[in-house]
Amino acid sequence: MASKLLLSQLRNITRPTHHRLINPNFIFPLKNQTLIHSRPYSDAPQPPPVGSKPPPTNADSAPTHKKISSSLNQAELAKFSAIAETWWDAEGPFKPLHVMNPTRLAFIRSTLCRHFGKDPYSAKPFEGLKFVDVGCGGGILSEPLARMGATVTGIDAVEKNINIARLHADLDPGTSSIEYLCTTAETLVEEQRKFDAVLALEVIEHVAEPAEFCKSLSALTVSGGANVISTINRSMRAYATAIVVAEYLLHWLPKGTHEWSSFLTPEELVLILQRASISVQEMAGFVYNPLTGKWSLSDDISVNFIAYGTKNIE
Amino acid sequence: MNRAIVRRITPNIRTWRSTLKTFCSDTSEKLHGSDGDKAVTVKSSSLDSTDNVPQYDVAIVGGGMVGMALACSLASMPLTKHLNVAIIDSNPALLARDNIKKEDAPDPRVSTVTPATISFFKGMGAWQYVQLHRHAFFDRMQVWDYTGLGYTRYSARDVDKAVLGCVVENKVLQRSLLSCMEDSDVKKKIYPSRLNSMTLHKSSLLSGTDSISSEPSGSLAKLNLSDGDCLYAKLVVGADGSKSHVRKLAGISTTGWKYPQNAIICTVEHTEDNRCAWQRFLRTGPIALLPMGDNYSNIVWTMGPQQAADRRSMNEADFLKAVNDALDDGHGPHPQSERIGDGGILAWLRSDETSSASEHFEVPPRITKLASDRMVFPLSLMHANNYVSKRVVLIGDAAHTVHPLAGQGVNLGFGDANSLSRVIAEGVAVGSDIGEMALLKRYESERKAANIAMMAILDGFQKAYSIDFGPLNVLRAAAFHGVNYISPLKKNIISYASGEQRLPLFT
Repeated sequence: MASKLLLSQLRNITRPTHHRLINPNFIFPLKNQTLIHSRPYSDAPQPPPVGSKPPPTNADSAPTHKKISSSLNQAELAKFSAIAETWWDAEGPFKPLHVMNPTRLAFIRSTLCRHFGKDPYSAKPFEGLKFVDVGCGGGILSEPLARMGATVTGIDAVEKNINIARLHADLDPGTSSIEYLCTTAETLVEEQRKFDAVLALEVIEHVAEPAEFCKSLSALTVSGGANVISTINRSMRAYATAIVVAEYLLHWLPKGTHEWSSFLTPEELVLILQRASISVQEMAGFVYNPLTGKWSLSDDISVNFIAYGTKNIE
Repeated sequence: MNRAIVRRITPNIRTWRSTLKTFCSDTSEKLHGSDGDKAVTVKSSSLDSTDNVPQYDVAIVGGGMVGMALACSLASMPLTKHLNVAIIDSNPALLARDNIKKEDAPDPRVSTVTPATISFFKGMGAWQYVQLHRHAFFDRMQVWDYTGLGYTRYSARDVDKAVLGCVVENKVLQRSLLSCMEDSDVKKKIYPSRLNSMTLHKSSLLSGTDSISSEPSGSLAKLNLSDGDCLYAKLVVGADGSKSHVRKLAGISTTGWKYPQNAIICTVEHTEDNRCAWQRFLRTGPIALLPMGDNYSNIVWTMGPQQAADRRSMNEADFLKAVNDALDDGHGPHPQSERIGDGGILAWLRSDETSSASEHFEVPPRITKLASDRMVFPLSLMHANNYVSKRVVLIGDAAHTVHPLAGQGVNLGFGDANSLSRVIAEGVAVGSDIGEMALLKRYESERKAANIAMMAILDGFQKAYSIDFGPLNVLRAAAFHGVNYISPLKKNIISYASGEQRLPLFT
């Protein structure tokens, strides 16, 4: 079904008059991008189209905190509910992320407890710390961090994700204090916001300019703060597992979720972080055991890896 | 296909919102049109609790031994100490403050706790309370049957331990766990009523809109109690016994069958000190004599329902005679204390022999007095097909019941409580919602395999000993001898029954 859609979109490009059966909005992603970069089935934030202007920053777009829950009426909530369930559907297209989540949280918990000198046996070790989850999606990472006591701000460039995240976070009083913003890291930098820890998990491979992105992440971190970045290695093994097996054979991820060419090797990541005044302290890999169906932390960084770094003290 | 629908609806949502703006004239809740370029902040108002329904993290339905063990275990771990726990049980003993006196006659309802359970209690800091009351360690065990063809003796020294187990009254265990919890500063509340009904809201974004907006805690479980109270909980633990109401409300089906046997339990007195556990398999079922200390012992005698009713109603003298017959040489001869043979082809077997293999057959102590009422219980095997459901988890007898022939029933329940509290701690450590299925499924996969293995073995024993057939009797006798003299097998059995091993394999 997905391939039929792609074929019909291709046909629409060549024959623009014959799109009566397909909503014109479908070919929107292809207008400004060449086909090779199009990822119509990806829910991840799309890189800005080549050659387009950066989003206009005028006074109107300064984000103000709005109460949204009481102005949405019941019918609209129902519409959101109908379409937004897949983020939090643990068996849906985001299943690998849900299964991997406890493992990466274990790494985050141990490194950040050590960094901030907090008691690792406390139930809420991050009390009083400000975290930002860049590219938060539906809030899969933000919610556990909030339950661990942190004051979390989740940002994502796709507004649909922010709405889903808001709806879900409001269900649990422990997570309803998360601040979700539909914005980019660059905009937050312009607002001069600072955080004790900046986390960008599985985001940097979807960004057009990783080096600039890392500079923004660094600008968001207070001096001496922590950064956690996770991504996929640009290795042959990663191509075989994360793209061929995960997308085409096992259908864990929708096809086109990842581009092998935008993966970063650990060395490149360390280098661009260094240039952004972040020194990487620890790195770990995630390994999947197909027999038990569990992810675990390991030294093997050839496919998925996560890096913890500290912002140099200025 | 989903994405086709998504793309189709999204532009419609945008038009919806712009029409909404005209309706909602409240200026404080304006919504920007969403183009992804402009920053739209979505922050909900702080949740004011419109209803004063108390919210708990864990609601344990059933304040018996296993439910209290879970509560106590959560109270003893630093990661879970802060959780709000509600215990729902209408048993007045939970709120009573009177202590168990030493002069009380021993209650016939006792449990044999294995060394694994003892270390679980010690880890929680509850064993010190058990030690204040009557409890009896035993380090020897003898098992034989009515045919007199073989016997097995076990000793704690075979596995280099001091005890094989400890026999404690159920009320002592329950009271010790309660005292341990009260001494810790965990936030708990005991609700002295029964659970009436439970509403489990479906997965957040799939449910209808009214449940999201009308209740801020839309994804919690709501429990309605029989005295009109209600409360919310993130996780509901069903620890309410084999006829579990929580299990029925959660719609979890069970597999199992009734055994054609009932068990009589009572406490008896004898003249000599007893530090050995005795079990003799008769034609109708096993009789077990478990030491309780102070010359008391507990009898668990399994037999057919009619015979159980008869034995319960017969007078004390006749009953004691029946018991002594059952333990001694009524129903069949004593086994001979033979050795396999000194020297010969089997001499190599004895190089690694356990000390108990050289012990002779002993006759159990003579029972002189009945010290309590006789109680009769029906026996059955039951296993819940799932231990978990959305926000509900079953532990203890609510999840499984077994035949008492090996004293494992409540120990399996304590194993469940131990495992669940560890899984909850791991969940809290990584900030997960403790009621989510992925976490609960981890508990299920840990315990299901272990419980099913133990249940299968116990059921096998029950079936094997209920047939009186010549060749099968000889086979059972051979099994007795085999276990007695083959030391790796004996050591494996002891450590499996002591709970040190999760599965009965040679690991």
